[in-house]
Amino acid sequence: MQNKNKSGIGAFFGRLVRQQYFIPLTALVLLALFNLIADPAFFKISITTNSAGNAVLAGTPITILDYGSELAILAIGMTLVTAASKGQDISVGAAVAIAGSFILRMLCGGDSSSNTLHMPIICAFLLGCVVAMLFGAFNGVLVAFFKIQPMIATLILYTAGRSIAAWFNNNELPIIKDAAFSYIGGFIPGVPIPTPFFIAVICVIVITLVLKFTNLRLYTEAVGINENSARLNGLNPAAIKILSFVILGLCVAVVGLIKVSRVSSINYSVIAKDIEMDAILAVALGGNSLSGGKFNMATSIMGAYIIQFLTQTLYKYKVPSEALPAYKAVVVILLVVMSAPTVREYLSNLVKKAKVKEAA
Amino acid sequence: MSDNVILKMRNIHKRFPGVYALQGVDFTLRKGEIHALMGENGAGKSTLIKVLTGVYTKDEGEISIDDQVVAIHSPQQAQNAGISTVYQEITLCPNLSVAENMYIGRTAGIRQNWKKVNADAEKILQSLDIPAKATQQLSSCSIAVQQMVAIARAVDMDCKVLILDEPTSSLDEQEVEKLFKLMRDLKARGVGIIFVTHFLDQVYEVCDRITVMRDGQLVGEYVIEDLPRVQLVSKMLGKELDDMGDISGEYRTYEHKEGEAPVFEAQGLASDSGIKPFDFHINKGEVNGFTGLLGSGRSECVRAIFGADRVTHGSVKMNGKPVKITKPIDAMRHGIAYLPEDRKVDGIVGDLSVRDNLILAAQVLKGFMKPFSKAEANKFADEYIKLLSIKTASADTPIKSLSGGNQQKVIVARWLLAHPEYLILDEPTRGIDVGTKTDIQKLVLKLASEGMGVTFISSELDEMLRTCSRLVVMRDLHVVGELTGADMNQSKVMSTIAGGEKKNAE
Amino acid sequence: MKKKLALMLAAGMTMASVMGCGGSGDAAPAAADTETEAPAAADTETEAEAPADTAAADTEAEAPAASGEMIKVGIINNDPNESGYRTANDADLKATFCAENGYDASFAYSLKNEEQINAAQQFIQDGVDYLLLSAADTSGWDSVLQDAQANGVRVILFDRTIDADPSLYEASIVSDMRAEGDKAVEWMKSQNLDEYNIIHIQGVMGSAAQIGRSDALTETAAAEGWNIIVSQTANWNAEEAQQIVQSVIDSGESFNVIYAENDNMAQGAVAALDAAGITHGVDGDVKILGFDTNKFALEELLAGNWNYDGQCNPFQSSYIDDIIKTLESGGTISEKTIIMDEKGFDAETITQEDVDTYGI
Repeated sequence: MQNKNKSGIGAFFGRLVRQQYFIPLTALVLLALFNLIADPAFFKISITTNSAGNAVLAGTPITILDYGSELAILAIGMTLVTAASKGQDISVGAAVAIAGSFILRMLCGGDSSSNTLHMPIICAFLLGCVVAMLFGAFNGVLVAFFKIQPMIATLILYTAGRSIAAWFNNNELPIIKDAAFSYIGGFIPGVPIPTPFFIAVICVIVITLVLKFTNLRLYTEAVGINENSARLNGLNPAAIKILSFVILGLCVAVVGLIKVSRVSSINYSVIAKDIEMDAILAVALGGNSLSGGKFNMATSIMGAYIIQFLTQTLYKYKVPSEALPAYKAVVVILLVVMSAPTVREYLSNLVKKAKVKEAA
Repeated sequence: MSDNVILKMRNIHKRFPGVYALQGVDFTLRKGEIHALMGENGAGKSTLIKVLTGVYTKDEGEISIDDQVVAIHSPQQAQNAGISTVYQEITLCPNLSVAENMYIGRTAGIRQNWKKVNADAEKILQSLDIPAKATQQLSSCSIAVQQMVAIARAVDMDCKVLILDEPTSSLDEQEVEKLFKLMRDLKARGVGIIFVTHFLDQVYEVCDRITVMRDGQLVGEYVIEDLPRVQLVSKMLGKELDDMGDISGEYRTYEHKEGEAPVFEAQGLASDSGIKPFDFHINKGEVNGFTGLLGSGRSECVRAIFGADRVTHGSVKMNGKPVKITKPIDAMRHGIAYLPEDRKVDGIVGDLSVRDNLILAAQVLKGFMKPFSKAEANKFADEYIKLLSIKTASADTPIKSLSGGNQQKVIVARWLLAHPEYLILDEPTRGIDVGTKTDIQKLVLKLASEGMGVTFISSELDEMLRTCSRLVVMRDLHVVGELTGADMNQSKVMSTIAGGEKKNAE
Repeated sequence: MKKKLALMLAAGMTMASVMGCGGSGDAAPAAADTETEAPAAADTETEAEAPADTAAADTEAEAPAASGEMIKVGIINNDPNESGYRTANDADLKATFCAENGYDASFAYSLKNEEQINAAQQFIQDGVDYLLLSAADTSGWDSVLQDAQANGVRVILFDRTIDADPSLYEASIVSDMRAEGDKAVEWMKSQNLDEYNIIHIQGVMGSAAQIGRSDALTETAAAEGWNIIVSQTANWNAEEAQQIVQSVIDSGESFNVIYAENDNMAQGAVAALDAAGITHGVDGDVKILGFDTNKFALEELLAGNWNYDGQCNPFQSSYIDDIIKTLESGGTISEKTIIMDEKGFDAETITQEDVDTYGI
C-alpha cells in the first residue's frame, strides 16, 4: 500500500477500503500494473485488416473487451439471481448450449451445413430468447415454488442441458456459412470494435434503465434479505425469484448467440463449459454477497472483465497448460479472501492505525 | 472497594461510525444481587452488554472480575471468565435437541456420552420446572420454553455473572414468575445477575439495584428502595413523564356518522394457522384490540384479516362492500396496513436503508413500473424521520443498525406512508422504551381522531385499556368475549380471559 | 468439475437409436424398445428368455431372425454427445448391430466408470453373448470382466484399452493416437518450410488423444529444431482456441503453423486468424492442422482453407463384426490388439469422395 505521509491520503484509503469498488478496482490496478511493468506492449492497440477486408482494432485490451463481454452479460443475470434467491444458477453453461443450439437449428432449418439462412437472424434470436427464458423459468419455479436450493435445482439442467442441446440438432454439428451471422461474434463491416462489446454495452444500458425506471432493485433486494417481510409488504417473492431466473435466461440467450456466431458452429459438450463458475466468480469479485440481498451491478460487470483480464494475462505469459487452473485458483483465492468482510474490516483497521501513527 | 464486588467495569468507551455509543460508562455488580440495567432504546445498554460478553471490543476502559483485570475479546473468553448471557432473541440451534443445545460447544474433546448428557439435561430441566424433554427437538418447543432452555444452558455453566437481556419479552406471566423464582435461587447461590428489561413492574419485583443509562452515558446507580418509579422513568427520559392516564383525553373522538358502514367487517373468518372462525368489525375512527394470553390467537386473528396466513373460511367487507383478500397485497390495495408482531422476522428488511424500508409498502402499492424518484423518497424519509423523531444517522443507514424502538418507528412510518383506512398494530410497543411507547399510543389516538380504524394489540393490558374503546378477548384460538365501556377494566378482562362465563361471546 | 456428467435422456436416446437402425421394417421398433430399456436397471425377463448358448452358426442369415437366433450384444459406450467422434462412433455401432444383421443389441451410455461397470453387470445378468466396451477409465474392470468370463460372456474392447489381464477379453480395437500424431508431424516435415513457428493447441490434458498427439509434436520439434511458440490447452473447445491464437496475435509474435489436436479447436484458431486478416491454408501464410476428420473439417480442406486433417477412425463396428463372426464360427483371433487403419488427408490431394466417405 502506498503510505504517503499525508493525513488526507490516510482518510481517503479508509473510505476506499470500505467501498464495494475497492476489491475489483484493486485487482484491476494490480493486473494492469503487473502487465505494464512486465511488458508494456500488452496494452498496444493497432489497426489491422481482417479477412473480410475491414480495418479493425487489435490488441490485448480489445481481446479482453471482446471475450469478457460474454461473461459481463451473464454476470448481470447471475447478480440478480444471487440477490433474489440467495443462491447461484450453475446451469448457465448448459443453458448457453441449449440457446446456441436452438438458434442454429432455427437458422439452418435442420440441415447439417447450410449456406443460406432459413430465417432472419433476429427471428431465430428472439425464438432462442423465448426458449432460454422458458428454461430459466423452469429453474425459477423449482427454486420459488418447490423451495429447492438454487444450486441443487439448477443441477438438473446442468446435467441434462447439453443433451437437450444436442437433441435440438439431432446430434449433428451444424455450420452456418453466412457472413452476416459471423458479424455478431466478430466485427460489423466498417466498425473497428468487436460486436460482442457493443452487445454488452447495450445489455448494461438496458439493465441500468430497468433498475432506474422500475422497482426491480428494491423488490429483488427486499426478497433476498427478508422474504417474510417482503410478502407482508405485498410482494410476491416467488414471482420475483422467477423473474430473476427469466432475466438470466435472456442473458444466456444473448451469450448463446455470440458464442455460436464466433465459430458459426457449436460443440455441445464443451461450448461455454464452466462459464457458470466464472459468472459466479464475477459476482463475488464485485463484492456482492453470495447469500443474497443487496447487490451492485456495476462491480459485478467489472468483475467479469477482470476475470477475462486475468485469463488473457495468463495466456500472454504462456503459463503451461497443466498449471493454468492452479494459477487462476491462487489469484481467485486472493481476491475472494480480500473481499471477505472480516478482511476488509482488518484492512480498514490497519489504515486507521496508520492514521493514528501519523498523528503522533 | 468492598470485596463483595464481583464485576467492575470502569470508563468504558465504544465508538461506531457516526455513533459514540458508550462514553466512559462505569458499572458495578455485587455478589448475589439482581441488578437492573435501564435506559431507553439506544441509551447504550445493549452495547455495554455486548462489550461485556465479547461481541464488541471496547475502545477504552477496564473490566475486572473478582478484582482481576480480564481481557475479553470474544464470547468464548467471556464465558471462560464466568459470564453467561441469555439474549432476547433465541440464539440456540432450532434443529438440535434440547440437550444438545444445552451442552453444545461446552465439552473438551470430540467424544461425547450422549446418554449422560441427556440424563443431566433432564435433571436440570426438571429442577427448573421447564416443560421440555431433553431429547425433544428445540424447534418443537414454544418460544417461551426455548427461552427457558437458553437460561438453563447459561445457569448450568457455573457462571459468576448471568446476563439476562430482555428475557421476559416473549414469556407469559406464569413463565415470568418461574423465571423470577429461578433468578432468586441463583441470587441465593451468590450469582450476580444483570437484568435488562423494559417492564418496570418486573424491575421492582425482583431487582436490588438499578443502573440507569441515557445517550451512551451513565446517569447513576441506585438502590431500588431509593428510586420510586416516576423518578426512574424521568431519569431514563431525562425529563418528567407525561401523565399517561390522560392521553386519551387529548384527542377529540371521531364523529361517527349514522348509517356509516364499518370500515372493515369479517364474518366467520378463519385461516390455516388454526384460528377458529370469528366475526369482527371495526368502525371508522375506532381503536379496538385483541387481547388474551400469548398463543391465544390474537396475532393469528389479525394475520387472517391481512391475508398473511392462508384464509380458509369467511367473508370480508370493506366499507360495506364485499371484497376478497387472499394475500397481503389484496389487503393493502383495500387500504389495510399491518405491523407484524415479530419486527425482526416479519417487519424490517435488515440490510436495506431506513429510506427503502420506509417507502417499501407505498412503493409496492404504487407499482413495479413506477418507482418513486430519489427526491420523492428522500422527502418521505425526511418527513417521517422528523414526524416520529426516528433516531438515525441518516436515511441511508441500514435499518438493522438502528435500535429496536427506532426500527419499530420506521415500520410504523412505512404503513402511515401507505395511507391506510384501517391500521393493524400487533405489539408495536414490545421491546421499546417508555417514551416511544407513549409516542406510539398518542399516535394511535391521533390517527383514530382523523377517522382511521386502528386495531391495537399489546401484551401490556394497561396500554390497551388506555388506548382502546373495545377489546376482543381470545382464549385457545377462540373469541370468548368482547368488552366495552364500563367493562374495560383489568379485573373484567382477566376474568374473561380466565373463562367460566361465556356472555358477550358473539 | 471438469468431468462431464452423463445423462440418459430417454427421448434423445430413443430418437437417436431409431435413426441409427435406419428405420428398417418391422424389426426396428422392437430394437428401439430394448435399447431404451437396457440402460435402466430394470431386469426385464423378456430378454433373458433367449437361451444364450443356442446361438448357432446361421447368424449369417440376412433376414430378420427370431430373437432366439440372434446374437445378443451389450454395448457400453461414452455419451454420444461428448463429441462428433463419439456421435459417429455410436451411429456406426447402431447401424451394424441391428436386427437385420442378426444382432439383438442393447446400449448403455456413461462417462463415469462406476455407471459403466453397473451397466456391464446388468448386461451379464441379462445373459448377453458379447460385451462391447469403451471404458471411461482404464482401471477398475478386473472383477466385472472375471464375472463375464465366468458367465460365458465374451468381451471385446473398442476405442479405449483398459488395465486388465488380456486373457479377460477377446480383442481390443483401438486407435493409436501417437501414430496419428506422427503421421501429421511427418506431413509437416514433408512441407519443407523455411522455418517452423508453431502454435500448439492441446486437448483436455491427460486424455489419450492429447498425450499421443502432443508427444508426437514435441519430440519431433525438439529433434528437428522447430520452434513451438506456445503450447496451451483449449480443452477441445473452439472458443478457447480462438482466444489462445488471439493472444499470440496480440503479442505480435510470428507463426506459420497451427497444430490443433482436434477439428473444433482448429476451427476456433482459424476464426481468430480471419479476424486478424491473416491468411491460412493452401495459399496462405499459416498451415492449419486438425484431427478427427469431421465433415466440416474435410470441406475446409477441400476448399483449401486448411492443410491437413488426421483421421481418428470411429468406425470400429466392422472390425468387431468380423471378430464376432470369426469367434462364432469357431475361429480364433491371432492378435489381441488391433490397431485400425487411419488416414491423413492433405488439402492438395483430398477429393469430394473422401469427404463423403470419411467425414463424420
